Amino acid sequence: MSELSVPRAARAPGWFDRIGIGHLLLGALLLVYPAMANDFFLTQIGGYSLVLGMIALSLMLLAGYGGMVSLAQITVAGAAGYVVAIFGENNSGIYGFGWPWWVYGPLAILIASLMSALIGWVAVRTEGIYTIMITLAVATACFYFAQQNYALFNGFPGYNGLRAPEVFGVYWRDPVPFYYLCLFCAVLAYAAVLYGARSTFGMTLQAIRDNPRRMRSIGFDVTAHKVFAWWLAGLIAGAAGILLVWFNGRISPGTIAVGPSINILVIAIIGGMRHPIGPFLGAVIVTLMQTFAIDIIGAERFNTLIGMVFLIIVFISPDGILGLWERVKPKAGGEDWRASFRTSVK
Amino acid sequence: MTIARRTLLALTMATGLTAPSLVLAQSDSIKIGLLATFEGAFTVLGEDAERGAMTALEEFGGTVAGKQIEIVKGSSDASPDSAVRAARKLVEQDGVKILVGPLSGDEGIAVKDYAKTHPDVTFLNGSSAAQDTTLREPADNFFRFSTDGAQWMAGLGDYVYNEKGYRTVATVAEDYSFPYTQVFGFMAEFCKAGGTVPSKSWVPIGNKDYSSVIAAIPDDVDAIYVALGGADAVNFLSQYSDAGGQAPLIGGSITVDQTVLTAKGRMRDVLIGTPAAGPTADTNDAEAWKTFTAEYKKQDGAFPSPSLFAHAYYINMKAAILALEEVGGDLSDDGAKFRAALAGLEFDTPTGKVSLDDNRNAVADMYLTEVTEADDGTLVNKMIQVTPQVNQTLGIKADEFMALGAVSRENPSCP
Repeated sequence: MSELSVPRAARAPGWFDRIGIGHLLLGALLLVYPAMANDFFLTQIGGYSLVLGMIALSLMLLAGYGGMVSLAQITVAGAAGYVVAIFGENNSGIYGFGWPWWVYGPLAILIASLMSALIGWVAVRTEGIYTIMITLAVATACFYFAQQNYALFNGFPGYNGLRAPEVFGVYWRDPVPFYYLCLFCAVLAYAAVLYGARSTFGMTLQAIRDNPRRMRSIGFDVTAHKVFAWWLAGLIAGAAGILLVWFNGRISPGTIAVGPSINILVIAIIGGMRHPIGPFLGAVIVTLMQTFAIDIIGAERFNTLIGMVFLIIVFISPDGILGLWERVKPKAGGEDWRASFRTSVK
Repeated sequence: MTIARRTLLALTMATGLTAPSLVLAQSDSIKIGLLATFEGAFTVLGEDAERGAMTALEEFGGTVAGKQIEIVKGSSDASPDSAVRAARKLVEQDGVKILVGPLSGDEGIAVKDYAKTHPDVTFLNGSSAAQDTTLREPADNFFRFSTDGAQWMAGLGDYVYNEKGYRTVATVAEDYSFPYTQVFGFMAEFCKAGGTVPSKSWVPIGNKDYSSVIAAIPDDVDAIYVALGGADAVNFLSQYSDAGGQAPLIGGSITVDQTVLTAKGRMRDVLIGTPAAGPTADTNDAEAWKTFTAEYKKQDGAFPSPSLFAHAYYINMKAAILALEEVGGDLSDDGAKFRAALAGLEFDTPTGKVSLDDNRNAVADMYLTEVTEADDGTLVNKMIQVTPQVNQTLGIKADEFMALGAVSRENPSCP
């Protein structure tokens, strides 16, 4: 992880330059996307990709900037989901206190972020593969606990009948509102990560990633910085977790099983961890593959096809889609693609 | 140059994200969605379910009322989330108006809830056999021509109490709604006859290590009732056999199914002689069953005898086609006529007559069986007796039956 480079801050002061034409084009495309797509593509592909992208973004934040690969991000999202199920409304017949969304929403994010910080606090004592192992252990333990605990998690069937709230006369699970809600949250998280990476904290975190010993000897509290990064990642994953249960209308241990947690890692790796856009690219590809592979190759071997495609992507470009882009992009302006693009439009 | 390449990329992505399904819909065809477990612990079961559905399709030459039937498959991994996701894709993207599936218990409950949001789509059950899919808060457009797990147990409790002389039985079952339903069905008869169940073990789906479960079974029970499916059953049975387990077994419907009986290993010895009950019996010598078996065996990779998943998917798919035939393939009124035809449908299956009750759940014959070794060395379920026309309330009056409460880990209980 340590050789991952970070996009340099834009040097030009203008707002147009600061946002970048790439972002503007992408933003425009995403804004008009509902006009082009049917309901299925809007929510099942669009909304779902954005939600998965956010969860993978929280992993990218930890892995890309902090050098900590976590397999427990879906667990954190699931924690937020279970809070929604328990404190909001469900039709499974237990709990479902019916609190309004503006109470259970923030509560869900808070609990998820605290859980993330707790996992982080345990995991930061380790490095590299040991972090992966510890977070995997946490994810697996949470999965089995949720599956076998009926008092709090309602066991295998989990909670059913979770509804997104109706606010301003809009039902937020309708295709178009839900898509824009996801888009809004995803953009917020994306911008926050992009901004945070250039902030003092972000720079410090990256320095810690590259050389923790040196940072410690300069006087930085390495553990505190890492745990804080986990807490921030928990905010994003928690928000995504709420969207995820509104999307599914239900949550069960299947949502936070080991498969989905590896799925998040696959998304982050396929997309690339060099830039916060990577997880979203990865999420789109993974969602499309998992939805349509069965139409391409039939029911018996579709998982093989999915695996092959992922293998090929990682084989061609170890940095995922972003790395692929790095290879094909014009080389004119050096290694920073925004710098290169700036030169090419001038 | 840069702009061109970038625009191209953007365009490619935009097209990729908006292009509707690649499948060209023919106007003179009817699309039926087929939802089964093609991944996860129940893959083998899902594949056999597909064979069953295809057997029904081929019986009608793949056409109904002059229209081609087009099957669109969806896959789940037996978790309710994945089943709903696959159902959504089939309904909202592929535009199927009829969906056959899912395979497993809680999937059925989740898909039933989803069915309520799409009243214009008709859902026929696959082999999912949880009681509450149709008993409590049923969906008007969800039909189950296969029966539920409690019905499948008809006759078993009495048989092991009276004929085998078992008085105390421990249960080992997976921890979700279908095995709850099976245990309920078994205990309803067994406890009524006077038997007791001092210990119930619930294990998660996909469990690999059963040593602690086996150790927790009391030594003084007369038999162990096992309701595990697919890989779980194979794992438990081989580990029980390795641990030197001596207590005789009683099988849940899918524990001694062909998906398990065809597995290799030492567990053969513990399986032989196991009584069980279910909607099928391998040695059923009725002509209709033999014809069905022969047709089923034409499918690739078929088992020596159709599993109950193949059977359930066959029956539900056949019901769909028969009702389609009745309405001349006309689904133009959002399927209202089609559903009316389904509700009144009564037909002869390989396992006897099937009709629906008011909750659109099947009333059908049940088979009491015992595992025996056939002449060619394969294990089969030998038919012992038939319990005719078992309904969902197991012959108990509806209100009395509802008063027994929803099935769960704790209900019923007779320690």
